[in-house]
Amino acid sequence: MHFDLTFAREVPRHFCMTDHDALDEILAAHAGREGALLPILHDVQAAYGHVSEDAVRVIAKALNLTRAEVHGVVSFYHDFREAPEARPVLKLCRAESCQARGVEAMVAALPDNPRVAVETVYCLGLCSVGPAAMIGHEVHGRLDAARLGALVESLA
Amino acid sequence: MTVVRISDDSAALACGANAVAAAFAAAGCDVVRVSSWGMHWLEPLAEIDGKGFGPLTADDVEAVLAGTSAKAIGPIAEHRFIARQQRFTFARAGKTRPLSLDDYAATGGWSGLGRARELGPEATIAEVTQSGLRGRGGAGFPAGIKWTTVAKAAGPVKYIVCNADEGDSATFADRMVMEGDPFMLIEGLAIAGHAVGAGKGYIYVRSEYPHAIAKLNTAIALAVPHIAPFEVEVRVGAGSYVCGEETSLLNSLEGKRGEVRAKPPLPALEGLFGKPTVVNNVLTLAAVPFILANGAQAYADVGFGRSRGTMPIQLAGNIKHGGLYEVGFGITLGELVDEIGGGTASGRPVRAVQVGGPLGAFHPRADFPLPFDYEAFAAADGLIGHAGLTVFDETADMSAQARFAMSFCAAESCGKCTPCRIGSTRGVELIDRIRARSGRQAGKVEALPQMHNARKAPRSLGDEIELLEDLCETMKFGSLCALGGFTPYPVLSALKHWPEDFGVAVPDQEAAE
Repeated sequence: MHFDLTFAREVPRHFCMTDHDALDEILAAHAGREGALLPILHDVQAAYGHVSEDAVRVIAKALNLTRAEVHGVVSFYHDFREAPEARPVLKLCRAESCQARGVEAMVAALPDNPRVAVETVYCLGLCSVGPAAMIGHEVHGRLDAARLGALVESLA
Repeated sequence: MTVVRISDDSAALACGANAVAAAFAAAGCDVVRVSSWGMHWLEPLAEIDGKGFGPLTADDVEAVLAGTSAKAIGPIAEHRFIARQQRFTFARAGKTRPLSLDDYAATGGWSGLGRARELGPEATIAEVTQSGLRGRGGAGFPAGIKWTTVAKAAGPVKYIVCNADEGDSATFADRMVMEGDPFMLIEGLAIAGHAVGAGKGYIYVRSEYPHAIAKLNTAIALAVPHIAPFEVEVRVGAGSYVCGEETSLLNSLEGKRGEVRAKPPLPALEGLFGKPTVVNNVLTLAAVPFILANGAQAYADVGFGRSRGTMPIQLAGNIKHGGLYEVGFGITLGELVDEIGGGTASGRPVRAVQVGGPLGAFHPRADFPLPFDYEAFAAADGLIGHAGLTVFDETADMSAQARFAMSFCAAESCGKCTPCRIGSTRGVELIDRIRARSGRQAGKVEALPQMHNARKAPRSLGDEIELLEDLCETMKFGSLCALGGFTPYPVLSALKHWPEDFGVAVPDQEAAE
């Protein structure tokens, strides 16, 4: 069993991130803002691809929160990752309206591609033109098995 | 030069509108990007001199310009899908450029805010009350009463919070307002702020709507001179469905876990950061500029029973003519699905229509005479919610849909109350056993000799169904918010109307009589 006792002493800032100053910049940009934690976490997620334990520590200190509180928020929301996703991500809607248009059969028929992360989202608001998917901010509608397969292939 | 109008709404983009727009531009046309008419089965829809062509691909452009396209649908405004609507909230849909202040002002924009300022706060609230406007998020609470409570609450700091966490499947009207007519929403917030004495408004948008977020941010910056000193800020959600519940949304805005708060205290008295707060849905606030500009009576004249005004209804799922249909309350479910929606896209018979998103009931064809009205749907063990309709054809397995409702609740539960957190997981297990028709022996713990009162006999399918009904009852009355409280609606309605999908023998109607 591993116990993390690092909170008891001064923690060296060994970020598993490339740019140490970016986090300070993000915190400075949101200084004094009411309810700043979610906007900060969004920026950290965007800059580093995840919210690391080290980042949680620094954010907690800056906002005068406990690490537990910040960790609680990070783990509550689906958007924040505790580990980075290296692969390109395709978000596929599998909510009721896309189910009614046959998304589940498409998922079952989708060949496994280890180089692409196909994630489930519940609703992209494209319920009249589903099944729908989103890659980054790019939206795709009226998918069928072939078009979904081609989209996944295009990311690999 | 030929002017071609093409939507830049996400639904159009998802169907390839950008490629079509680029093809028209390459052919020498002047392409104008406007909001969507809401006829999504025709997207990408191009409009030239009032006449529509769709759904287009880049290859169709040549024929459209030559006047030989088979995809011509005639004058758009006279199309039967559009002509039969009563568009109050979506009056500008398809007609204006979303981020053009000129277009907005030329189509009556800011006149509602202007009139509210002339009337003063009290008379503004009176207009909203008299219009009969009810919260469009699903609960249907009268907006005027909520505003009055906040206006009368003590304290110098108050907030307007716009709930744009539109997570229900089959709903996209909020997104269309934010992407297609963002100034109208901002004007609605400013009117609310003026009426209750709030200086700041937040729009909480889900992160799945990046295009809406971008347009709102641009629109807010442009609108500053019109709404000052009132301020509006967009806050982005983080993929949590339950944050659409108002108290959970407030916690999220404060930077906390999106856990539901117990009520009371009402958010109107102790809301965001403990201050009096109006929390209204996008469609509620978007209806306000019309009410102020045209008067309460113009809005109240339309409607059915205690549901006044219009409802932007969203036709989705397996439907031939999917899109946005704004009409006065009172239209029947059957008219919406069969006449306006044209039945299923697959051409098979309609089996079920889920009304109101993942927490709404499944309705069989027998419910088609139901008028669209808060009270009528409640009386039929359903809800209209945010007015999204998901149509399923006869291939739908209703016990699988019931299972999905429970598993969705389990995935999205905030975890604060037991009936929702545990009940949904037990519900999935229970429905899995029912679907497997396996029955169940007494559990390990139940079989222990010291468990004197525990049942030792095996459970039959009938016992399991009874248990599911009992579990739903517990969730319905014991949950803190609508997520756990309404998940029983889809489950029980599926069980009630399609018992055969759960392995229950359907009693022979004639033999029973």
